[in-house]
Amino acid sequence: MSHSFVQFFYLIATALFIFSLHWMNDPKTARNGVFAGVGAMAIAVFATWGQPFIVNHGWIVVAIVLGVAVGWPLSRVPLTAVPQRTALSHAFGGLAAGLVGTAKYYLWLQEGPENLTAFKMVAIIAEIILGFLTFTGSLMAAGKLQEVKWIPQRPVTYPLQNLSNLALMLIGVGLGIALVINPTATWAPLLFPAIIAIALIFGVLLIIPIGGADMPTVIAILNAYAGLSAVAMGFVLDNKLLITAGALDGSSGLILSIIMCKAMNRSFTNVLFGAFGQVQATKAIGEQQVYKAETFEGAAQIMEQANLVVIIPGYGMAVAQAQHKVRELYDQLKKRGITVKFAIHPVAGRMPGHMNVLLAEADIPYTDLLEMDDINSDMPQCDVALVVGANDVVNPAARYDKSSPIYGMPIIAADKARTVFAIKRSKNPGFAGIDNELYFADKTWMLFGDAKNVMGELVKALSGGGMH
Amino acid sequence: MSHRLIRRLGPSLLVGGLGIMAAVTAAPGQEPSQLTGVPLATTAHLERPIDYWSLLFVFVLSTFIGLGIIRRVSRLLHTPLMSLTNAISAIAVVGAILVVGPEYPTNIRILGAIALFASMTNIVSGFLITDRMLKMFKQDDGGKK
Repeated sequence: MSHSFVQFFYLIATALFIFSLHWMNDPKTARNGVFAGVGAMAIAVFATWGQPFIVNHGWIVVAIVLGVAVGWPLSRVPLTAVPQRTALSHAFGGLAAGLVGTAKYYLWLQEGPENLTAFKMVAIIAEIILGFLTFTGSLMAAGKLQEVKWIPQRPVTYPLQNLSNLALMLIGVGLGIALVINPTATWAPLLFPAIIAIALIFGVLLIIPIGGADMPTVIAILNAYAGLSAVAMGFVLDNKLLITAGALDGSSGLILSIIMCKAMNRSFTNVLFGAFGQVQATKAIGEQQVYKAETFEGAAQIMEQANLVVIIPGYGMAVAQAQHKVRELYDQLKKRGITVKFAIHPVAGRMPGHMNVLLAEADIPYTDLLEMDDINSDMPQCDVALVVGANDVVNPAARYDKSSPIYGMPIIAADKARTVFAIKRSKNPGFAGIDNELYFADKTWMLFGDAKNVMGELVKALSGGGMH
Repeated sequence: MSHRLIRRLGPSLLVGGLGIMAAVTAAPGQEPSQLTGVPLATTAHLERPIDYWSLLFVFVLSTFIGLGIIRRVSRLLHTPLMSLTNAISAIAVVGAILVVGPEYPTNIRILGAIALFASMTNIVSGFLITDRMLKMFKQDDGGKK
């Protein structure tokens, strides 16, 4: 296949990728987007593979078969594990970029040093730094999300953390500049692994101070890095398809992280360097506040008399795998002519859109899933707000308490509802370690227990006591 | 304000960007057969000169196209969006094939093979899980049991 032919196919693939993302703007056309993406990828792979100088077909087939063998089970994970899977695939993407950059550098060093121009060296250095830091960073994120034992869940902080991280990064960039200026020096082949090592360590250090509540933002940022490393690879290989596809991925990561940051009223730097969860302990033992518990039957009775019930899901629903029980409750209430809506906070869960996918899995029509901004004006008309495993996204302290770590974060106005029921696993504070005063309000009643069990009990009370 | 601007400019950016990319990719001037036909081991030092500026143009324009399109993606679909873009950025598979395929030294090809394996994993799992999730989004309550 000649060069022009290959470029022609790459052009078609680029257009298909753009359509693929374009179709994601509506759930009705979204599946076309997947088909367009698969088509584009197949075209790109075969156009590349079909070139005459690609001769090691055996190697390619083996790598592809192994990739399919590992990729298929990864696509069958339960939907609650999607954040981990996503982080893991960012790691694979970063690894691929880093390895290709490394291979190209050593190849040119051996067989064509005149290719190592300043432009290409900058691109190679950017590719390996971004690629390898995304690799370890995403592995750490995936480990935290999966709750792997030897990775600390709580943010790990130590004195001078940001300063030492910054210093490390500067050393890495400095070594990179030295290589750009002098790519073929005798020490260059030794310096290159040093830069890789720094990028790998930096990825780990970047993620250990980050807590679970910040994961949506961090995953989105890592997504952008993975895209940018593909762009850098495109610069190294003089390949415009890599640049376009990488840029599409990078801009998606960028937009998602901006949305996540806005939804928490925080900046990038604050998420990455702020170490959420270390500023607590301010009102550790203030006044002794007591939770008011409600029985499941009582809660069910109040819900039965409601006109509008708003369910506010959070990470707790995912942990307890309660989405199917939520669906049963939704059915029970709908059967009685009660309007049921879901209020979805952008950062609920552990990745952007996490709650929507879980509720869609449970067959809840997406027309009943409302964004925070669309539901908040209806909250004063809401008879019952049912908080299922959410905490910070309904904490009214975000509105006025300047000492609270979540101050300024837009929240779902559950406190405007006439009655609030909150399901909570235990009497401990939520993931961010912040006490939630909503739970102590006069209109709030607590339902203690695992979200799935509580939902089951509510459904039982509603269907059993059918004489109403 | 900028939202509205980008939304309005989105389609024209898309068409314009594609046009420019077409012009750039179709631009003659480089011998098309320089790379092909000859075993690469002897031509590694003969790779075509890079037109840096057109690469940077492509990067900037496709970023704008990306921003314009992604902004309009339904918020409901942000999780599938992320797994779809994951699969799309596994286009690194092209780079991996270009490293593992030619007659390069074995250690170079091993790096390429690992990269190929990693990207292939992302392609397969990314597209499959995206489709699996999208299938679940249903509009109304038809299938009630």
